[in-house]
Amino acid sequence: MKRTIIPFGPQHPVLPEPIHLTLTVEDEIITEAVPALGFVHRGLEQLADLRDFRQMVQVVERVCGICSMMHAMCYAQGIEGLMEVEVPPRAKYLRVIWSELHRMHSHLLWLGLFADSFGFESLFMQFWRIREKILNIQEATTGNRIIVSVNVIGGVRKDLSPDQIRWMLSELIEVEQMIMNLGPTLFDDYTVKKRTVDKGILSGEKAMELGTAGPTLRGSGVSQDMRTLGYAALNELDFTPVTEKNGDCWSRCKVRFLETLQSIDLVRQAIARIPNGEINTKVKGRPDGEIIARVEQPRGEVFYYIKANGKKNLDRLRIRTPTFANIPALLTMLPGMWLSDVPVVVLSIDPCISCTER
Amino acid sequence: MLEEVIPVTPEILSGETAKIKYEGYKFITLSCVEMDANNVEILYHFDRDLQLKHFRLAVPKKTIIPSISPIYMAAFLVENEIQDLFAIRFSGLVIDFNRTLYLEDEIKNTPFCKYTVVESDSREISSPPDFDE
Repeated sequence: MKRTIIPFGPQHPVLPEPIHLTLTVEDEIITEAVPALGFVHRGLEQLADLRDFRQMVQVVERVCGICSMMHAMCYAQGIEGLMEVEVPPRAKYLRVIWSELHRMHSHLLWLGLFADSFGFESLFMQFWRIREKILNIQEATTGNRIIVSVNVIGGVRKDLSPDQIRWMLSELIEVEQMIMNLGPTLFDDYTVKKRTVDKGILSGEKAMELGTAGPTLRGSGVSQDMRTLGYAALNELDFTPVTEKNGDCWSRCKVRFLETLQSIDLVRQAIARIPNGEINTKVKGRPDGEIIARVEQPRGEVFYYIKANGKKNLDRLRIRTPTFANIPALLTMLPGMWLSDVPVVVLSIDPCISCTER
Repeated sequence: MLEEVIPVTPEILSGETAKIKYEGYKFITLSCVEMDANNVEILYHFDRDLQLKHFRLAVPKKTIIPSISPIYMAAFLVENEIQDLFAIRFSGLVIDFNRTLYLEDEIKNTPFCKYTVVESDSREISSPPDFDE
């Protein structure tokens, strides 16, 4: 059969992110996919050469808006590890609360976009309506809706008042109910199943071989989540990674849906156990040595390699984001799919090209 | 402060990588660090059950390093990134963007190096492999 090359992206009706795929098709079946990147590369890692290691907290927050809190937390944990800084317990719990709120709004954003990718506009609006409540919580507690900018080296720079905590808990009851109301629509609807079940299958073995991360990995039945490392206050909270075994778009969707509810539970646990006390500690000196820091972002593991030499600027800051890890898996999911399934399969890894092209 | 670091040379890199894959390690990424005007250090990061292992490869900038992408396919993206940003060359890449993953064809310098190396050769993307295997 004659082969045809079809360009997909960087601008596409269902793609919020500028990734380009060169798709080779026979009839309407994909036989090969090759990515092209570089549309929004900013070279943020190299700013470590120009900015003070403390200023880099604000720089890494701009790697990606959607998971800015986790980038800053991961970087701060790395520097704190290098400088042997003991973060106050209250700050650790506050980091968990804001990072799980971030996971919730990211997953709700994705659930809406995913619904949009198969044409379910009203479901898209419902998920984004719920997301607004999380953004309101973030705005009320940090002053910003997306880039909350709460992390500093040595802790956090905002605290939660008892009134804010009470209000947050009451809002989360409503959020939880609204999410659960959408569950049957998302998972029992005939058209949703038709567009997502058995699409873009990735086996657990292949996912591990390709270095896949996050819900894309857990949707293939692999129980790997950086939160089990117990960073921040997670070692004091009850947590088991969510997994689904089929490895298709439906499984990846279900993992994210359940993780949104799980994040609500983690916020509640953190609020129930948060101790009183300081929210940051004074940090003196400069970092020296090399360290790895890892955190579970909404899209998967983010990996920071930091090398410092006792000066105010770092020798090297290297960031491996989860989408970067999931692109090879995407390239193996696409062959054999119909051309019309490409948007759904691409969206199923929750691509963030802003992260990928730091 | 890195957990387990194994020094490697270009000659033994592929063999050690194949061995670590056989032991069940998952590929994470590579970190390239410019040491001085003529040398770089590349760290290869792997994970098994959340325990990290690293290879440390210290080489002159002009060394052509064997790609580990035939062993860990996922490495092709980061190896291409290092080619773009540091002009370190890898041989045997499963997809070689030839320094055009991020960069435009006319860019000849090395954006992430303090000491720029200018390349003058023309660049073309090599043919992609069969991902179905």
